[in-house]
Amino acid sequence: MTAIKVAPSSAEALEEDRRVSALRVALRTFVANKLAVASLVILVLIVLFCFVGPFVYHTNQVSASLLLENQPPSSAHILGTSPAGRDELGRLMLGGQSTIELGLAVGLLASAFGLIWGTISGFIGGLVDSVMMRIVDALLSIPFLFFVILLASIVRPTLWLIILVISGVSWLSTARLVRGETLTLKTRDYVVAAAGFGTPRWRLIARHIMPNVLGVLVVNGTLKVADAILTFAALGYLGLSIPPPATNWGEILAGGVNNIFDGYWWQLWPAAILIVLTVLAINVLGDALRDVVESRLAQH
Amino acid sequence: MIRYILKRCGQAIITIIAVSIIVFIILHLLPGGLVRAQLGQKASPVQVHALEVQEGLLRPLPVQYLTWAWNALRGNFGYSYKLSENVSTLLAEYVPRTFFLVAISLLFAVAIAIPMGLWQGYRRNRADDHALSGTMLIMYSMPTFLLGVVLIVVLNIWLPVFPSTASNFGGSLTIDATDLALPIITLCLANVSYFSRYMRSAVIDNMLEDYVRTAKSKGARNRTILLRHVLRNSLNSTLTLLGLSLPYTVSGSLIVEALFNYPGAGLLFWNSAQTRDFPVLLGIVLVIAVMTVLGNLIVDILYGVVDPRVRVQ
Repeated sequence: MTAIKVAPSSAEALEEDRRVSALRVALRTFVANKLAVASLVILVLIVLFCFVGPFVYHTNQVSASLLLENQPPSSAHILGTSPAGRDELGRLMLGGQSTIELGLAVGLLASAFGLIWGTISGFIGGLVDSVMMRIVDALLSIPFLFFVILLASIVRPTLWLIILVISGVSWLSTARLVRGETLTLKTRDYVVAAAGFGTPRWRLIARHIMPNVLGVLVVNGTLKVADAILTFAALGYLGLSIPPPATNWGEILAGGVNNIFDGYWWQLWPAAILIVLTVLAINVLGDALRDVVESRLAQH
Repeated sequence: MIRYILKRCGQAIITIIAVSIIVFIILHLLPGGLVRAQLGQKASPVQVHALEVQEGLLRPLPVQYLTWAWNALRGNFGYSYKLSENVSTLLAEYVPRTFFLVAISLLFAVAIAIPMGLWQGYRRNRADDHALSGTMLIMYSMPTFLLGVVLIVVLNIWLPVFPSTASNFGGSLTIDATDLALPIITLCLANVSYFSRYMRSAVIDNMLEDYVRTAKSKGARNRTILLRHVLRNSLNSTLTLLGLSLPYTVSGSLIVEALFNYPGAGLLFWNSAQTRDFPVLLGIVLVIAVMTVLGNLIVDILYGVVDPRVRVQ
């Protein structure tokens, strides 16, 4: 059998054209922002450092050694050793892996859940909306670190549990944002028209509301990644993270902070610079994406 | 206006009830239950049963919730077996210190961030705006404890101006200011970076509004436009942000208290988390959440006073 190629109807082609040009405008807005491009390059370099680095620079990150603790940088240990005698440069790579994995996972989970909660709440409205939003309000009024620490002290932390705990706090403001967007989208002519044709609710939400919230959601999700990394660092600093030999940048920093009066700079500043650089780059990227989304909205 | 206030108060009460239900659920999700958490894993079945009867844990859940909520309402949050103290006594000692830390640093943060954001918005995209915005973005991208560590390195190790711990201030609120300087500056800077970013963009948005053009065409001077019109309108939205940032600031205070050994609710919370002292943990969460809701309520009411449009929504 030969496949029959169907030429796209002119309407579809037009739609396709429109999408391509919108993407091109978005891309142009983004590339024009030199700071954003630089941030993207920095993030790629950091990811390479953490995930490819260990293949180039081999270290023993499993066993601790009292003989090697707190050594200054040398040819054997380029960035010195940690309080437990592990190679600090290798530790930064390992810690970066869990930090980046957590950031991305929380960004995705929180966005997905916030999207579902927010659209349902905003679209259905009425009593359902009130109840759903009061739950969000209540959880938001518990300061997030108190909440996270409470949960972390109930369960024994693994990376996945910490991801779930931080996501469990992170989706709240996303849900609020999505709800607000849904409320305005709901009154748009094309949604009202589609509803008038008898389109079922779930289809209205899936076809018309969710895709249009996506722009704002991506910007918000990007900033969530940055927030999650900061929260993870705080947990690591407070000693509420995964037990060693697993590590993350916050835990490494905690070691440096404990030895701050001994002048062991190699335990503090490299990790500090990596955290700030990563979060800074993500924040700049998020701001740039916001400009892209806003320029797209302005075109309509 | 009265209707607006009543509506907001009603919402706040519902939120507080929701918080208490969430805390109550967590209380019952504890592995092995609250009794095991208090007595430890080695307690005999007889001891466990005795405490269960004493705490009323064998009754139906709604009854338990109402008893617990009624007790909490009268300030009875249970007993900490780890610290041999009533939770309410501990709360009364530690929570005011956190409240003090948060209030002072927020006050300073607002006093710095508002003029700074106004200036940045006015000087948009000039060199000084870029320099300030860059600095603020870097501070915004730092974990709070790292901000504190940088301050310790600069203001304690390099220039010995301030002590690095706040633990020796006695325990009353009569304070040696230098002991508290670093915790307050840390928490304040964390908020300045947050508020000024927002204030700057609010000012920029407002400068593009029609009323600014009208004022300009009427020949008003730049300074008048900025201080009389733009400041007022940008302040309104920044005020809401102040309310929303309360949980964030209180979380920041936990880190700051742990870093500087400041004996507030955050430090108590952190220590209790390590000993799994659940009655204390839950009491603090409840009290701080209620304080946050009330703080938001006050901001909302103020917002309604300043901007009449809000009341209609």
